[in-house]
Amino acid sequence: MTNLHLKILALILCALGVAGVWYKVSVIGLPLQPDAETQTWTVEARVSYQAEGGPTQVRLFLPGTQPKFSVLGEDFVSGSFGLARESEGNNRIALWTARRASGEQTLYYRIRLAADRDGDSVLTGPQPPFPSVPDYPEPYGSAAKTVLEEVRRESADIASFTRRLLIRYGATSPDENVQVLREDPDTDLEHVENIIHILAGARIPARPVKVLHLRDRMRRGTLDTFLEVHNGTEWVAFNPRTGQRGYEDDMLVWYRGAGELLQLSGGSGGQVEFSAALTVRQMVSIAEQRAAQRGSLLMDFSLLGLPVQTQNVYRLLLLIPIGALVMVFMRNVIGVSTFGTFMPILIALAFRETQLLWGIFLFTFIVAMGLAIRFYLENLKLLLVPRLAAVLTVVVLLLAAVTILTHKLGLERGLSIALFPMVILAMTIERMSLVWEEHGPSEAIKQGVGSLVVAVIGYLVMFRPQLEHLVFYFPELLLIVLAVTLLMGRYTGYRLTELWRFRHLLREMNKS
Amino acid sequence: MIRLFHALKKAGILGMNRRNADYIMLFNPRHNYPLVDDKLLTKRLAEEAGIHVPKLYHMIQIERQIRQLPKMLEGINDFVIKPAHGSGGNGIMVITGSRNGSYVRGSGLLTNIDELGHHISNILSGMHSLGGQPDQAMIEQRVIFDPMFDRISYQGVPDIRTVVFRGVPIMAMVRLPTRMSDGKANLHQGAVGAGLDMGSGRTTTAVWKETFVDTHPDTGDPIAGLQIPQWETLLELAARCYSLAELGYLGVDVVLDKYQGPLVLELNARPGLSIQLANRASLLRRLQRVEALDAIPDSAEERARLGQRLFGLDTPPVAQVLAPA
Repeated sequence: MTNLHLKILALILCALGVAGVWYKVSVIGLPLQPDAETQTWTVEARVSYQAEGGPTQVRLFLPGTQPKFSVLGEDFVSGSFGLARESEGNNRIALWTARRASGEQTLYYRIRLAADRDGDSVLTGPQPPFPSVPDYPEPYGSAAKTVLEEVRRESADIASFTRRLLIRYGATSPDENVQVLREDPDTDLEHVENIIHILAGARIPARPVKVLHLRDRMRRGTLDTFLEVHNGTEWVAFNPRTGQRGYEDDMLVWYRGAGELLQLSGGSGGQVEFSAALTVRQMVSIAEQRAAQRGSLLMDFSLLGLPVQTQNVYRLLLLIPIGALVMVFMRNVIGVSTFGTFMPILIALAFRETQLLWGIFLFTFIVAMGLAIRFYLENLKLLLVPRLAAVLTVVVLLLAAVTILTHKLGLERGLSIALFPMVILAMTIERMSLVWEEHGPSEAIKQGVGSLVVAVIGYLVMFRPQLEHLVFYFPELLLIVLAVTLLMGRYTGYRLTELWRFRHLLREMNKS
Repeated sequence: MIRLFHALKKAGILGMNRRNADYIMLFNPRHNYPLVDDKLLTKRLAEEAGIHVPKLYHMIQIERQIRQLPKMLEGINDFVIKPAHGSGGNGIMVITGSRNGSYVRGSGLLTNIDELGHHISNILSGMHSLGGQPDQAMIEQRVIFDPMFDRISYQGVPDIRTVVFRGVPIMAMVRLPTRMSDGKANLHQGAVGAGLDMGSGRTTTAVWKETFVDTHPDTGDPIAGLQIPQWETLLELAARCYSLAELGYLGVDVVLDKYQGPLVLELNARPGLSIQLANRASLLRRLQRVEALDAIPDSAEERARLGQRLFGLDTPPVAQVLAPA
């Protein structure tokens, strides 16, 4: 009954822990590795034009949600202009206005992006109205009809239809029908619009999409035009030149539709230049920004929201349950005897500052010196609490002496000795001297070495960069630690040391 | 390694984790612990129930009373000082007599009244108590132990530990002090543990510091076959302690006084596992046999007989013929 209850509880705790980790890894994108890095893009659109002195207004399309990126943040440099953001269908628009402006005006828009393979996609949407078959002039009409007929025969659905059409249209040595259809367009947009015009002959809804092909250290970049066709359930993107389906990984969708990127009033000579730069950043900070952008509650109420100093405290505190688990394992499964239940874990925390070898040396030194003084104090027949206080004072003096000495010797490591938990050391010395007197030196040394060994193992387990990272960014892992601890609480099997303790008995009983 | 674990399991040896989780936690209600942890309380309860215990001479509760120690000890030459909340035999000082104003310790060393005072002061400040809480010191009658143990113990008081499960005595051993244990009857301090046949009350096998021995390491005399006098009375006494403390898994420590017979020295809510080594037998098997019983008799006498019947050896060890010392 108790066991079933316990197992269910442990299962629930584990499930909660795993669910939290899963959410953070797959949705927010927190990395499981401490030093994971990813690439981020900073893309800038620079708008410049000549204002005519009167009221002026600038309308610029802005990138919306992206198929290949997640947006980390954006900002505007507006000068004396007022800024408003609007949306129009799937597109976002920045609207800069000023009552009076004259001469050269420059406005900036900057967006920071992180690569996100399965980023949001607005490709699904309601079925747009089917275009009506246009009245093609001859010979364009019959050429279009022939090509569409042939392409339809070679394809299975709207996507493959479009692809076939694009390949056919873009062929280097086109047949005569295609030659009629091709009108030697000047721009990308006209090219795409021509294709949309042809697709309308098959009543396929299509639209042009303006994309920015990101390249590192790009200056004066311009938008390319892509094609999206609706296949009845979603919009499918095509490269109109190659017939390649979908956007490439470094393509930023700026806006959809045939509208002008920049619309001006009260000015002339408008120009938009794009620049982009690639930077490598910690995945952790990107995940934080991404979560903030999404307004994720779980991340908002996480340790990452705390002041850095407090965060650093928790980086350490969250490791203590791991140490406690080590302690449980060492005591209940291995059967090591130590001074005090959690003393070795506190010593292990001190080792973090002193480093392992110095830590072991300093700990042994302080305890040995403390014991010697404790034995001397025994002669004075002091009461317990004053004696403890005296040992504590001596321990503090010893720590100070060691620090000064090592500093003079130029060994900076020695300075970290001040981080040893003095009170714990004093208690350890007292306990050790009692065990020494009552159970003999061998027992005292056995327990002392046991404590040190557990502290070292605790240190080795607790202070791995990987583990520190995991418990800090995924504190819900401690629920799993808790579950394991609870299960260990009902471990009724033997301890490893009991194999040794009962070895003769085992031999004896197996004989008979 | 795994094979060894299985072998331990097959032998039915009770491990520490299992003892704690399946027996102590289930059968020993926490709120009854003070009854056995506080030796003074145990003594009072036992006296009320008519169970024989060593006589309490004095009780020292505050530091100031230590000044009156010489007055308290007037006319008392042999006594034992112990903490009321001690554990594992810690903090017990045995005084066997006085000589020219000094006291003779169990080990034969001399000590003076100031050192006794310091020892008591340490007890009061909680040095020997569980968890280090302030404690009280008891000065009680020193048991003049039955001379039958003379040949197989070195100073100190041998005592008989019986594990009583749900009122049924299931396993017992006699703990014999050695030079190493400084007269203390504690196995982990180096005392010899000798198993007892539950049926006859005769010693069987023995263990000393985890190794099996046949003779006492200090006196060299054989241990097996020694008959504990008044064995049945002793078992009844142990069984009666169950109703005293209401602890299902209980260790009862009894000493045999030369004049008064079996006296209950203390009760233990967490009796150790070494008794298995002393008896070379599994505690778990015996616990499970008691658990499988349909009903457990109400009277302590019947429970004692039940324990003897269930766990006595088929062939009791041959009695040692004691040559007059």
